Amino acid sequence: MNKILPLATALASGLLFGAGLVLADMTNPGRVLNFLDVAGSFDPTLAFVMGGAIAVYAPLYWLGVRRKRPLTVNSFDLPTLRRIQPRLVLGAALFGLGWGLSGVCPGPALVVAGAGVAPLLLFGAAMMAGMVAYEVLEWLAARPRPVSEVPQADIAPAFAVTPAER
Amino acid sequence: MKHEWWMALVGGGILGAASGLLLWANGRIAGVSGIVGSTLRPRTGDVAWRLAFLIGLALAGWGAAALGKVHFDVTALPGTSALAFAGVAVGLGTRYANGCTSGHGICGLSRGSLRSLVATGTFMAVAAGTVFAVRHLG
Repeated sequence: MNKILPLATALASGLLFGAGLVLADMTNPGRVLNFLDVAGSFDPTLAFVMGGAIAVYAPLYWLGVRRKRPLTVNSFDLPTLRRIQPRLVLGAALFGLGWGLSGVCPGPALVVAGAGVAPLLLFGAAMMAGMVAYEVLEWLAARPRPVSEVPQADIAPAFAVTPAER
Repeated sequence: MKHEWWMALVGGGILGAASGLLLWANGRIAGVSGIVGSTLRPRTGDVAWRLAFLIGLALAGWGAAALGKVHFDVTALPGTSALAFAGVAVGLGTRYANGCTSGHGICGLSRGSLRSLVATGTFMAVAAGTVFAVRHLG
């Protein structure tokens, strides 16, 4: 298939997504923080953003995935996980902490950083550092441990001598 | 209904259309944290479209400012150290949760994903709790 076309549609999607965030005022941390301030200066605007987005995307999604394949590439690549794992909840909680402290989530961070606004360049760099840290932690977790670090209880049964053999 | 609510609804609709375009054309979920984070773990043929999407996002911000249409108001941001801490938390948290406001909040809820419902409920609640603590308990 064409190699340039999927890049053009991804670029267009990113541009449109950024324009939507700007129009919806999601790029204003004050607006986001006021939405989250349910006990104080609550501003429901963000609920309209979510409502508008889901109202448009839900039908597009359900019609889209009935197709044999996407328009510019050979296959769909969609999430397959179904399990509610601790890391899902803990990760979401950590994200919520950062979002609540700053009023910035990843999309708006990149849009406003693109405009060269200094604090968002800092936030974007910190966000990247967090993502790099995630890759390092995942790599450490997946790495086979040297035998000396493996708790004896984990390997002992394989070599255990039963009373009968003794 | 207030003008800004209409703008939010229209802006939200555009977010939905942009996400729909990425699904229909590229067969992908428009989740910003995943699109960024997965460039750190490159697979053949899987990086260019991500960069194209991210360039589009940044270009939208640059264009809005360059055209003089938008002045990005960031006066509500916290100080430097809190902002940096928040950035790291957002980066690490969204990767562990496999998604953020776009991937879980918009796309996941539209897909009827239980994982996304749990994630969105969690980050909304913790974020609201954090704002409450900062603004009303401080």
